[in-house]
Amino acid sequence: MKKIEAVIKPFKLDDVKEALNEIGIQGMTISEVKGYGRQKGHKEIYRGAEYVVDFIPKIKIEIVVEADRVQQVVNCIRESANTGKIGDGKIFVIPVEEALRVRTGETGADAI
Amino acid sequence: MQMKLNRLLAAGIFTLIPFSTAMASDGINSGDTAWIIVSTALVMMMTPAGLALFYGGLSRYKNLLNTYAMTLVAYCLASVVWVMWGYSLAFGPDKAGIIGGLENAFLAGIRVDSVSGTIPTYVFVLFQMTFACITVALVLGSIVDRMKFSSWIVFTVLWVTLIYAPIAHWVWGGGWMGKLGALDFAGGNVVHINAGVAGLVLSTMVGKRIGYGKEAMFPSSIALTALGAALLWFGWFGFNAGSQLAADGVAGSAFLVTNTSAAMGALAWMFIEWKMNQKPTVLGLASGVVSGLVAITPAAGFVNMPASLIIGGVAGLFGFYSVAVLKQKLGYDDSLDAFGVHGMCGIWGAIATGLFANPSITEGAKGLFYGNPKQLLIQIISVLATAIFTGIGTLIVGYITKLVTGGLRVEGESEVTGLDNTLHGERAFEIQLS
Repeated sequence: MKKIEAVIKPFKLDDVKEALNEIGIQGMTISEVKGYGRQKGHKEIYRGAEYVVDFIPKIKIEIVVEADRVQQVVNCIRESANTGKIGDGKIFVIPVEEALRVRTGETGADAI
Repeated sequence: MQMKLNRLLAAGIFTLIPFSTAMASDGINSGDTAWIIVSTALVMMMTPAGLALFYGGLSRYKNLLNTYAMTLVAYCLASVVWVMWGYSLAFGPDKAGIIGGLENAFLAGIRVDSVSGTIPTYVFVLFQMTFACITVALVLGSIVDRMKFSSWIVFTVLWVTLIYAPIAHWVWGGGWMGKLGALDFAGGNVVHINAGVAGLVLSTMVGKRIGYGKEAMFPSSIALTALGAALLWFGWFGFNAGSQLAADGVAGSAFLVTNTSAAMGALAWMFIEWKMNQKPTVLGLASGVVSGLVAITPAAGFVNMPASLIIGGVAGLFGFYSVAVLKQKLGYDDSLDAFGVHGMCGIWGAIATGLFANPSITEGAKGLFYGNPKQLLIQIISVLATAIFTGIGTLIVGYITKLVTGGLRVEGESEVTGLDNTLHGERAFEIQLS
């Protein structure tokens, strides 16, 4: 099992969700996060006082899948989240040791 | 305002001499009275609504309610001080042109049938009270985010008594500045230069906010500030057109030039900011409105419409320069720019009055462009005298306050946490992101 963590532009969330649904991904966890990379922040000026806003709002999606589906999911996110402009985000793949469904106690692939 | 007052001082009617109901009812004009009652209500709104929103939105989120609290308490304190002794010190019987006597303390000698000009004296007292209230409240723009609430209370009482009342007397109460011929229709000297310079002095006494110039200090809500500016604009019609103390043609002219100047101020600020900083900000528009209103205040009853286009436009540019360039260079922490907007644009307004005063609006008020260079000199003298008196006076009042309340400034930890929490135990908004 692998966890795929994707940080994307907030307005692309719906596109990504629909694309993932189409390839059969039935669950995900998202959070509103802030950060910056090459896009950097932006500046705001209030009566001449200039403040740099470093951290830009992003959405982080977390999905756990079986190892053989990783490439398909990563490609799907990459295609649906892509705008071609700086700041489109990043995708990380992380190994997951165990999964467990709280209601039934199922573990492993059955739990995801 | 002083034109009217000179008339009634000359008549010698409005302080001690009781007169019969018959005389009084002859003197009262119901149209004038109705307009000044409405004007008073309009000016009242400028402090706890207009200024509170304008300043509250500009202060940081953690200090939004503290800014409201200081504004509201300033209004309440000045209201009470005014009817106890403030009015008498400003408008009581003249003592050597410097101050009014205490003969009218607690409004002694003023009765239901007392008349000032063509309106009941009680209405005049209240109209003037709203000016005292907003003037001291304007000062707090320089010291938000860091002053002790107790210090602000003591400062307000002392400042209205020792600084505002004398200057109001000089200009409008029969004092030396009015006699010299200084033109200040609705409070360029008395309100704006006075409050702006006092704010600058107090901000240097209290010191800079922790992190000033290093960390970002975002306004809590530009939406509230823009709404506050709109309410100030609305109330300013009472402030300026009401200062004629009559419902007549000059009041109508003051109304017209007030609106024009405000609009020009906003446009000028917006365009210069757009050019210099690439973006036309809402804060710039709102600040420009106030700049234009401040600058037209001393001139409102003396200048014609074309002059108000220039006065407002220059005010917008001047205000932008003051807060976006000059302040950054000088490095003082006049947090919400009480000096930059009210002080600097007030000075411009006083000078502009000396240039543009047109005798066809108010007889006898003649500026440089109408062949009376002496008026400009008188205006400059009035600006300097106001700035020097309030500068030194505020320093003294600040020191007395410091002694009484054991320092002017909150503890560093409270300042970092935020004054809404530490001073008031409240928060401005309960925001839940779902």
